Amino acid sequence: MSSAHSSEIKSAASAPAFAARSSEDESRLKLARRFFFRHPGMVRLGIVIVIFIGWEIAARWFMDPLFISPPSRVFSSLGSVLDTSGVPAALRITFFELAVAFLIAVTVGLVIGLAIGLQPFARRSMMPIVLLVYGLPQITILPLFILFFGIGPASKIAFGVTHGVFPIVITVVAGIQNLKPILLTSARSMGASRWQLLRHVIFPHMIPSFFAGMRLGMSGVLLGVLLAELYVSTAGIGYFTQMFTENFDPTKLFGLIAMLAAMAIILNEIVRRAEVRFSRWR
Amino acid sequence: MARRSERTRQLASRTVQIAFLLAVLLLWYLATTFWGVNRLLLPNPVEVWEQLMEVLRSGNYLPDLRVTATEFVVAFLLSTTTGTVVGFFASRSRFWTRVFEPLFAGIFSIPIILFLPLYVLFFGLGLESKIALGATISFFPIVLATIAGFSNVDRTLITAARSMGASDWLLFRYVLLPAALPVILGGLRIGFTICLLSILGSETIASLAGLGHHIVELAENMEMSRMFAYIAFVVVMVALLNAVVSHLEARGRRRG
Repeated sequence: MSSAHSSEIKSAASAPAFAARSSEDESRLKLARRFFFRHPGMVRLGIVIVIFIGWEIAARWFMDPLFISPPSRVFSSLGSVLDTSGVPAALRITFFELAVAFLIAVTVGLVIGLAIGLQPFARRSMMPIVLLVYGLPQITILPLFILFFGIGPASKIAFGVTHGVFPIVITVVAGIQNLKPILLTSARSMGASRWQLLRHVIFPHMIPSFFAGMRLGMSGVLLGVLLAELYVSTAGIGYFTQMFTENFDPTKLFGLIAMLAAMAIILNEIVRRAEVRFSRWR
Repeated sequence: MARRSERTRQLASRTVQIAFLLAVLLLWYLATTFWGVNRLLLPNPVEVWEQLMEVLRSGNYLPDLRVTATEFVVAFLLSTTTGTVVGFFASRSRFWTRVFEPLFAGIFSIPIILFLPLYVLFFGLGLESKIALGATISFFPIVLATIAGFSNVDRTLITAARSMGASDWLLFRYVLLPAALPVILGGLRIGFTICLLSILGSETIASLAGLGHHIVELAENMEMSRMFAYIAFVVVMVALLNAVVSHLEARGRRRG
């Protein structure tokens, strides 16, 4: 920064009077450049806007309207997407599936994580199995979920749970494992009961990793539920994405997907904020 | 003494692991042979094993395997090249890192599988839509890891190499690349896994061929034992590939 300053001063001092105007322009340019340098967010926004303008131009004049729709039209059609009969209900169902799957995944993940993590022997023997199952491509057994749980919300919830539960188990176990042994020893030597140990030592220290696990679990749940929705659906969003695709109605398809993306972003953001908020005490 | 107790503990946990897996298999066998669980929901493990052997012997899986493998190789090559190149150039200045990194991280947090209907609309039901989706999804972890790897190289190392007169190429080859490689390999590994999963997933949801498609077809025809055989086949393939990649990653880390 200081070198820029000195060069500015030098150029101002050496500039002849008749060039004052151009040097003023130059310094304005420099100021603008410095502004953007300090605010990368503005440049980022600019890039996103340029992409949207490029998309608008391409979709409006150069590409087949059966396959792509300009963002302005997508935006103005959001209302009509919501007016399509069944779409608000589908969004509600998807949100309900996500919420239930996330709650189940968090509860089950926490219980299994504590059961495995609190006992060193259980951790050593069961963790490899958890990691093994987590590493399997669950998507291949999606048809089985449909057979077991039907094509309604139950199969989507189940598939979301199996995607979300493993990251939570793993981070809970890791959180307990990273606990400093000295804390446990000193609490025990001061006569803490098992419950007190859990309540005052293990729990508070586990919270940051638990919230990190909830964040990962949320992306897992989103993935699982949306995969199952897209695979087969009679009333959820999967049904409507398929219908809009088959009718070559890209405007509504883009609109629906944008709404779902917004839902995913909001859910992710809530969990991320919670993580930041609750791991601050450390 | 301490070492010995360590070994017995290791042995004990191994025993529990194997016993657990055997118990699951046994339960599965008992449930389907004696307890009358519907064969349409859960086929007999013996039948599944026979089907698996039959599938492997007849080579029926080859066309589907070829389709899936082609999709995967093309998609992963695409995302690896674009991801590392874009990541390298975005990491060259602090400014561009701060512009692009949050952008990529933000997009990465959206479940990109949502855009599958759009990909199918653009590229059709064939290989192209799977390649495009797999490449898109795996691009993000690779580019983020590349940016992280190159922008966190210790400044002193760069200054030292420069002051000793290293050219751009020498600096890249002997300082930047070795320092960034472990992080990039981690990103490539994540990209590898989610590329494979998203390709299998999009084959399951909308496709004309491929292993994921075949599993769905068998499910729709209610050929349960054959379907389980195919699932087992895919699972073992993926597990083997993952093991190979882990091994390569560990070797790359040591060399880097």
